[in-house]
Amino acid sequence: MRLESARARRRALRLATLLVGFAPAAGLVVAFLHDGLGANPVEKITHETGEWALRFLFLSLSVTPVRRLTGWRMLLQERRTLGLFAFFYASLHLAIYVGLDLGFAWSFLGEDILERPYITVGFATFLVLLALAATSTRAAARRLGRRWKTLHRAVYLAGIGAVVHFLWLVKADTREPLVYAGVLALLLGSRAFWALQRRSRSGNR
Amino acid sequence: MSKRSQQPSENEVTPESLYLRRREFLTRSASAGIGLGLGARLGFAALGSGLLAGCGPDEASAGRRAALPTRTLSTRPGPAELQTDEDPTSYEDATRYNNFYEFGTDKTDPARNAGSLRTEPWSVAIEGEVAKPGRVPLETLLAPHPLEERIYRLRCVEAWSMVIPWVGIPLGDVIARMQPTSKAKYVAFETLHDPQQMPGQRRGVLDWPYVEGLRIDEATHPLAILAVGMYGKVLPNQNGAPLRLVVPWKYGFKSIKSIVKIRLQESEPPTSWNQSAPREYGFYANVNPEVDHPRWSQARERRIGELRRRPTLPFNGYADQVAGLYAGMDLAKKY
Ligand code: HEM
Repeated sequence: MRLESARARRRALRLATLLVGFAPAAGLVVAFLHDGLGANPVEKITHETGEWALRFLFLSLSVTPVRRLTGWRMLLQERRTLGLFAFFYASLHLAIYVGLDLGFAWSFLGEDILERPYITVGFATFLVLLALAATSTRAAARRLGRRWKTLHRAVYLAGIGAVVHFLWLVKADTREPLVYAGVLALLLGSRAFWALQRRSRSGNR
Repeated sequence: MSKRSQQPSENEVTPESLYLRRREFLTRSASAGIGLGLGARLGFAALGSGLLAGCGPDEASAGRRAALPTRTLSTRPGPAELQTDEDPTSYEDATRYNNFYEFGTDKTDPARNAGSLRTEPWSVAIEGEVAKPGRVPLETLLAPHPLEERIYRLRCVEAWSMVIPWVGIPLGDVIARMQPTSKAKYVAFETLHDPQQMPGQRRGVLDWPYVEGLRIDEATHPLAILAVGMYGKVLPNQNGAPLRLVVPWKYGFKSIKSIVKIRLQESEPPTSWNQSAPREYGFYANVNPEVDHPRWSQARERRIGELRRRPTLPFNGYADQVAGLYAGMDLAKKY
């Protein structure tokens, strides 16, 4: 009986995550069909997919601190899904850029990556997300053993990279990327705080 | 002009529909709310504001949507050799996608917030190296000059472009009436500074008031106009009402809006974006596909209404008329 309800809750949480994950994409499709993307639709979807990639990255980074604070262990099963949604939106973001913005002129992409610091950082961030997504299966985790954990710590780099990408692309109004930078500081800072706490505790022993 | 632009419905947006729009907006960002619920419950207020920050700047609540103008202007066509025969951008797009930081930094902010700007009465201070300095009511400034229609390309420094049928008068004619002294080498312009009317000025994104400038030979070039209208009607507030500059061979930010001061002077005047980021925006700001913005390429642009980018032309396609102004100058240095 108890087991049953735990499984039901697990399923419900799973479903909720999937709904949340696909909702922004569905929203964009609906907006597209209803001419709701404004005067510059390509720019709009570039910005939206970029921001959702960043938000899902942050959501997946918030699983550990939230679980620690609430003790809600079930959340852990959603971390990977949230991370994969970050990769999903980042892939859409890149595809729109390469397809619609550059018209599949790959040489332009190479030039952009080399010459435009915000794209250099964005691309590096994308590669990190790609590596994490490619090794996100249980089998990969088993195969990589201890190295898996080390590799997946790169998600912190991805968080930093995404915020720097955003900060470097705005013209003058840095308020929005700075808010994200603040959130990232909390997400990473809480981990640092707990790590220090752990160390001092074991030091006292 | 496209059919869309003649639809009256978009011209009479009521506060009610604005309200509905916000609700629709909130519904759409409900998905953000779900993620938020988790964080906010635990005091991750900052995570919440991070998610919300993307959902619309708070200036939106500070301003009012401007009703689009209905008053038509009688005009004569400007000189044929100065016009483009390309299709104008839809009126709808030209009035809902604007860079006018005085009303917020998002391109949809000006349409939302410019309703608080009062354009009547309006006067312009004429200062500096002129025979008779003083403050002139806008009607007096315009009275001697017949209004002309000028269909120009507009190229934003952000690599998008439009085609706008402006209504205005040659800036050179206005300057001639001011009777410049021999020391008048540059023209400096200033936008209204009034955070009450311009909510975007309540934040120091730029150093207010917005200022711009031209060399006198640029200012008196036949292409340079002072515009009071577009698409045959009075300028909408979000497009720089009631009086703005249009210099089509330069990036859009040179074409200063809602002008309250014109000053002739001997030295090069400071300009807002140059002061904000001197490496990225120069005094000249001529459209130049060969000189990239440090952060993005200027080689191509997206014409609003088109999907793919098109190549950007030197001097925005006005090289035949204006390249001579810059003979002997290194335009990679004087960007
Ligand atoms: C090869 C990889 C990438 C490329 C080429 C790229 C390109 C771009 C471009 C062209 C813009 C719009 C810039 C503008 O309008 O001025 C942008 C914005 C953005 N990108 Fe990326 N990006 C990449 C990777 C990423 C990744 C991995 C993330 C996040 C995880 C990301 C997050 C964002 C965000 C948050 C914005 C700003 C959205 C806004 O202004 O609202 N990008 N990116």
